Amino acid sequence: MNVVIIGCGRVGAFLAGLLVDDGHPVTIVDLERTAFARLDRPFKGTTLLGNGTDLDVLRQAGIEKANAFLALTQGDNRNLMAAQVAKEVFRVPQVIAKVNDPIRAQTYRSHGIYTWSRTTILGTLLHAVLTGNEDLGPRLIAEAMRHENDLAGRMGS
Amino acid sequence: MYFVIAGGGEVGFHLAKALLESGHEIMLIERDRRRAQYIQEQLGSVVINAPADEGRYQLEAGCGRAEAVIAVTGDDEDNLIICQLAKFQCHAKRVIARVNNPKNEIVFKTLGIDETVSSTRLLMSVIEQELPTGGFLPLMPLTGAHLELIEAEIAAGTPSAGKSIGTLGLPAGALIGGIVRHGVILHADADVALEVGDRVIVFSPTAAEAEVRKALFG
Repeated sequence: MNVVIIGCGRVGAFLAGLLVDDGHPVTIVDLERTAFARLDRPFKGTTLLGNGTDLDVLRQAGIEKANAFLALTQGDNRNLMAAQVAKEVFRVPQVIAKVNDPIRAQTYRSHGIYTWSRTTILGTLLHAVLTGNEDLGPRLIAEAMRHENDLAGRMGS
Repeated sequence: MYFVIAGGGEVGFHLAKALLESGHEIMLIERDRRRAQYIQEQLGSVVINAPADEGRYQLEAGCGRAEAVIAVTGDDEDNLIICQLAKFQCHAKRVIARVNNPKNEIVFKTLGIDETVSSTRLLMSVIEQELPTGGFLPLMPLTGAHLELIEAEIAAGTPSAGKSIGTLGLPAGALIGGIVRHGVILHADADVALEVGDRVIVFSPTAAEAEVRKALFG
């Protein structure tokens, strides 16, 4: 699965690490060179410096052959624009945009852009744990903690 | 008429001022508190200090009843989302976006924003009109369509000199609107032959500009 990620923040860098460990070709794009310091070293994917809403930068990132596109920058609007470009211009099969404002996330989801809001996902999970909802949280939390242990182990080694 | 302007930078501020001076009503949405305050001091109670990319402030500003919502912030992604939200949530009649990166004009059209203004492209078209371009001058784009108006001057040695309009091989959708010969406008009938010194006015799809140039200049 060819994956293009824009935004090498904490989430982007973490996800890129998981995907390259699984053996997927990953290209991660960010405006700031310093952002790439968040990646595992040596990073087995490709890094690209540039604006993730720019058509030429996206082409250079290999979006025309991408199976999945993830917009994970800090800007909701930047993510929504990039995700729409990936979907409508480049016809990438799987596109997800991180949109922290839940209202905007819902609005765009109803217009066909698959959006995830950190606000509601984390909030809903915390609510489930606090109210003893056993169906929702435990597997996700266990999996997340396993990844954290892996990361911590690698830092120690 | 009533207009909502999103973004109170230099472009937004002067646009608001010009619209007010020509007797229109406006509301300007500006995120920065100090900038919003400054505009209010200059122009009166026509400012909402809020982010323009949130539906509730767009509703408060009256985007639904405005003649047009005009997004002129310095960030293309913000202008895109402001215009889309105004359409989705306020059912705005008309949205106009400023684009900073000229490549985004096509992107915005693909994503449903038909009216864009690119300062880069406006400047380019001004410069192109001043430069010697072999007598081929793209004069202006026609608003709301992917069309433009071109003026071509037929010089000695131009391959189309002597050919009749019907045999030029213009691309589909392109049309000669008229010929200026010795200061007089002639109908561009199919059997009229072009002469050296003619100025030809062409309506063309923007995408076919290169083919029009080829048909006239080889």
